[in-house]
Amino acid sequence: MNYNVNKKGYYGEFGGAFIPEMLYPNVEELRQNYLKVMAEPEFKKEFDQLLKDYVGRPSPLYFAKRLSEKYNTKIYLKREDLNHTGAHKINNTIGQILMAQRLGKTRIIAETGAGQHGVATATVCALMGLECIVYMGEIDIARQAPNVARMKMLGATVVPALSGSRTLKDATNEAIRDWINNPVNTHYIIGSAIGPHPYPDMVTRFQSVISEEIKWQLKEQTGKENPDYVVACIGGGSNAAGTYYHYLHEPDVGIIAVEAAGLGIDSGESAATSVLGKEGIIHGCKTLLMQTPDGQITEPYSISAGLDYPGVGPMHAHLAKTGRAEFISITDSDAMDAGLELSKLEGIIPAIETSHALAIFKHKTFKPNDVVVMSLSGRGDKDLENYIDYFKI
Amino acid sequence: MNRINKKLQENKKLLSIYFTAGYPDINDTVSIIQDLEKNGVDMIEIGLPFSDPLADGPTIQDSSTQALKNGMTTELLFNQLKDIRKSVSIPLIIMGYFNPMFQYGVEAFCKKCQELGIDGLIIPDLPVDVYHNEYQAIFEKYGLINVFLITPQTSDERIRYIDSISNGFIYMVSSASTTGAQSGFGEEQTAYFERIAKMNLKNPQIIGFGISNNETFTQATQYAKGAIIGSAFVKHVTNKGVKNIDDFVNNMLS
Repeated sequence: MNYNVNKKGYYGEFGGAFIPEMLYPNVEELRQNYLKVMAEPEFKKEFDQLLKDYVGRPSPLYFAKRLSEKYNTKIYLKREDLNHTGAHKINNTIGQILMAQRLGKTRIIAETGAGQHGVATATVCALMGLECIVYMGEIDIARQAPNVARMKMLGATVVPALSGSRTLKDATNEAIRDWINNPVNTHYIIGSAIGPHPYPDMVTRFQSVISEEIKWQLKEQTGKENPDYVVACIGGGSNAAGTYYHYLHEPDVGIIAVEAAGLGIDSGESAATSVLGKEGIIHGCKTLLMQTPDGQITEPYSISAGLDYPGVGPMHAHLAKTGRAEFISITDSDAMDAGLELSKLEGIIPAIETSHALAIFKHKTFKPNDVVVMSLSGRGDKDLENYIDYFKI
Repeated sequence: MNRINKKLQENKKLLSIYFTAGYPDINDTVSIIQDLEKNGVDMIEIGLPFSDPLADGPTIQDSSTQALKNGMTTELLFNQLKDIRKSVSIPLIIMGYFNPMFQYGVEAFCKKCQELGIDGLIIPDLPVDVYHNEYQAIFEKYGLINVFLITPQTSDERIRYIDSISNGFIYMVSSASTTGAQSGFGEEQTAYFERIAKMNLKNPQIIGFGISNNETFTQATQYAKGAIIGSAFVKHVTNKGVKNIDDFVNNMLS
């Protein structure tokens, strides 16, 4: 079984480029060039250099001793939270800003939900001196004021998405509309492993530095490149894609994807796409998505703004469908408890997205000798308000 | 012969109007179609509303959101249209995004369209190659014409390819934009209109996006077989209601 994208842009039956003709030239230009550009020695050099000197890579792989003791297994945390801007998102925005420059683009647009991808995009635009417009749902702007302020400090223009449900999916629609209206000078930096081909593959490749590092770091620490499991939380799925990438075709490595169950799978307030979603088309790709029987896309719910996306990247849809990955869904309350637990046991306050992944230890028992590598995708600073409200701290 | 092909043979410039089914009121669909025909419109695009219409601007998005709130569904639209051919004879096209059709089942959707007397479909997010490889045979089996879009950025080579797959008309998007974003045509657009006109495509072209009044309609139809009006009409029914459709059409054709 092949888990990578094929020549036509599909992962099994998922993926493709379901885009209006207005977007064809932009997406086609990217499709024809992205692999070529990424293979250029100059590009690689600049990308690696920035990841090292600007982002602070390699991010540590940390053996979480107390957490491991508590759950009687061996847990390693891949510290993406220590990256510049506080999450894995910047791996991709660094890659894409360099890509945009190679393609001669002068104007950058992005969508953002919680604001993490928006901040990561605004950051690289400041770094390169490019104009930056970030679309963000009106409701999210109100919920994520500190990140809105960060983007503005970095020189970006934050445009509220006023249509539909005024959250991430609508911000994505607005960004796509902007691209339709500005087809020549603009590059759209999609923040997750979604969108029309080649985006899911391009984003996955930029994020694959995560598993590339895990391999040598784990070998250094344990003598073995392969853990028994790799675990990551999934919204659209970019940190997960990067965490799995170099292990997709290693059959001895189990892959675990953790979705947000919200208030519970059957509560009507959930974002567990692999369970609640059906095959369909969203934002330019065929994948699993949450929708009405009539094919209208529904609004997901999770306490974590980074996981409440109604779809999942096409690679992950393929991993779910083929059974290559085990999907587990975690409720708001289990995630919050796990976030607090990591803070107290390891002195690391995780992003609420990441807390979902951490909560699996309560639901799944690992063997004492299992090596479990988990992507600690982001830090919890942005979520302090949420933690404070929830725990009445 | 399909009603669209027959209409395209008429020796006149065609006025085609888009409206969102289920808007402003859930039960306006049939009366809007009848009024448009009565007032001299040549062809109608019935918009099947979608939650995330990413090729559309705010006017059509808002009308779609409202139509869905009103309770519009694929099944309900088909029910509303069940007797449409008893009173209406001009070509009818359903315009919508691919996901609702995909969920209904593409073949079931096409079959239903044929039963109701729908002549064609416009699906902005169904790319021409996917259509060609996976769905063309189904569309043809049910006698449906699928209409593709081209834009000022579409290469000549791709326009020729789209022309070769098309068997009705080509929907020429007037500028790089979502619907309802433009007002009036400048030199850039007329140069593009001229370029396409000179290509001698086998399919006639109908221009859409940015047609909002008699002036832009006349301008567009100097270069093309007809023009499509969407957002301007949706705005009209938003502001003036559905009783004044004659005003809108008369102004357009005057």
